[in-house]
Amino acid sequence: HNVRKCTVNKTFDLALDLTHAKMEDFWAGALWALEIWLYLIISLIMVPAMFGFSLGISETYMNILVKTLEWATLKIQTAHAEEEVLKRSSSNELEELRRSRPKLLGGDFTLSDCFYFTRRGIESIVDDEVTQRFSSEELVSWNLLTRTNNHFQYISLKLTLVYGLGIFIRYCILAPLRITLAIIGLSWLVIGTSAVGLLPNGRVKSWLSEWAHVMCYRICARGLSAAIRYHNRENKPRKGGICVANHTTPIDIVILCNDACYAMVGQIHGGLMGVVQRAMVRSCPHVWFERAEMKDRHLVTKRLTDHVNDKTKLPILIFPEGTCINNTSVMMFKKGSFEIGATIYPVAIKYDPKFGDAFWNSSKYSMISYLLRMMTSWALVCNVWYLPAMHQQAGEDAVQFANRVKSAIARQGGLVDLQWDGGLKRGKVKETFKEQQQKMYSSMVVGEDSSSSD
Amino acid sequence: MGSRASTLLREEEIEEIKKETGFSHSQITRLYSRFTSLDKGENGTLSREDFQRIPELAINPLGDRIINAFFPEGEDQVNFRGFMRTLAHFRPIEDNEKNKNPPTSEPLNSRTNKLLFAFRLYDLDRDDKISRDELLQVLRMMVGVNISDEQLGSIADRTIQEADTNGDNSISFSEFIKVLEKVDVEQKMSIRFLH
Repeated sequence: HNVRKCTVNKTFDLALDLTHAKMEDFWAGALWALEIWLYLIISLIMVPAMFGFSLGISETYMNILVKTLEWATLKIQTAHAEEEVLKRSSSNELEELRRSRPKLLGGDFTLSDCFYFTRRGIESIVDDEVTQRFSSEELVSWNLLTRTNNHFQYISLKLTLVYGLGIFIRYCILAPLRITLAIIGLSWLVIGTSAVGLLPNGRVKSWLSEWAHVMCYRICARGLSAAIRYHNRENKPRKGGICVANHTTPIDIVILCNDACYAMVGQIHGGLMGVVQRAMVRSCPHVWFERAEMKDRHLVTKRLTDHVNDKTKLPILIFPEGTCINNTSVMMFKKGSFEIGATIYPVAIKYDPKFGDAFWNSSKYSMISYLLRMMTSWALVCNVWYLPAMHQQAGEDAVQFANRVKSAIARQGGLVDLQWDGGLKRGKVKETFKEQQQKMYSSMVVGEDSSSSD
Repeated sequence: MGSRASTLLREEEIEEIKKETGFSHSQITRLYSRFTSLDKGENGTLSREDFQRIPELAINPLGDRIINAFFPEGEDQVNFRGFMRTLAHFRPIEDNEKNKNPPTSEPLNSRTNKLLFAFRLYDLDRDDKISRDELLQVLRMMVGVNISDEQLGSIADRTIQEADTNGDNSISFSEFIKVLEKVDVEQKMSIRFLH
């Protein structure tokens, strides 16, 4: 009996030792794998990013991706025929109302006048121009991501297999890689800019600060598998100007800063964002406001004007829409940045929705879950067009100037040019628009365009 | 997530709606997507605020009356069936329907039903006649502050005078139909629904 106990104890101890050894092996092995992983990342991704050349790995990845998606698209029978786009004529609304009424002498009212307003109202209920801009764009054919699966059903086994493989690749291989890169990139931004900030002001400091900024943004861009194509680089924004662009996501900043250095404008946040902001401002001047200062329009304008007038400071980057729009349209530009009288450098950014939806729906996703979604997409493909500089012309007020710049950006990026305010995402529409419609209708009832009126 | 759209609407429901309203299968699923995107509370019904969130509807002078048409008497929520039933009034009348023998019950998008929709826009208290007061209120909605009370009053009086045939100083539905008999209601009260 005792002998058996001894044997049991011995085997037990042996098993424990083995497990310990295995555990140590396991940890040693894990550490070793982590080391290899980091070396790979640094050599294959960070070093090229820092010095701006490419090893061609991402290009190969993108090519494979494009081919796979094309194959998948062919497999999926698109039951959607070319949908007739219901383009409501943008002609003068007054003319349309006038034409729809029966011929009457001297203006006046008929019971059928309500038909026009009713029809417009029901049309806007079925589909309207504005609310669709605040949610992600619908894709014509599926791109093998779960999140864009709106109307697509099971097609074939092969497709499902590819889809499953895609999930594995995206979540188990790409996502950890990208998260590592993002962390490295951000920490480098803080450390690098703080280090540069210790230097005395001068040519060397600004050159180093630019290099530190661009390097960090390049790492972040690799961290999102971003494939960016810049067009018309001769129009790149220069010092002493303001760069305006359409806004889709906070990642716009990474996209634009990969190519040039800008001074940011914004509100100082607390927490991690605040740390980053304070570090950045040590190496080169950005325009950060306290929350209370943002409300004071004059103060904001003055600080922007001062920054712009100092020709040694970097161009300011502003997103005049004020909120994120889903990259199918450009909404009203707020006139604040157009009143300063500086040179405006418009930039159009257009994302390719096939590879991943870049739009940040802030009412649906928090920043963290949005970034995670970005890191588990296929890639981020976008085109950036630099447009020629624009100045405010004589006899043009800030609002007209803003609209002119907006139209130029919309035209270049292939986006719909809307007059509606992006603030409608959260707020109500102004009463003045309704009053405009009422006024227009009244003029017809009273019959201002005829000789007799009551 | 978008995949809710096709899973929460059962085939039997789609068939019932098809029979009742005449919309095609794809039109119904498309309108269901629209319904769910408007339904911010995600409880399967729309409230008046959900409609008000559409900017183009909010600036429409008759916006409130149109929204009201979706809600049955005394209720504050409209479900998808009610939504489709109201939208069905605006389905265009197809040519082959005009020549067919009239079905047992009148389709929702017949000329009479379209006129009934417009009549109800004016008839604020749903008592089946448009009184002078009701006409004045709707007129005021359409013109805002740009026309004086007296002028508006005389416009309302003249309209009732022209339409009223039985002398009760208000417009009944049959009188309404008579006044608008020459108007191309089918075209003016129809919108194109994408297939």
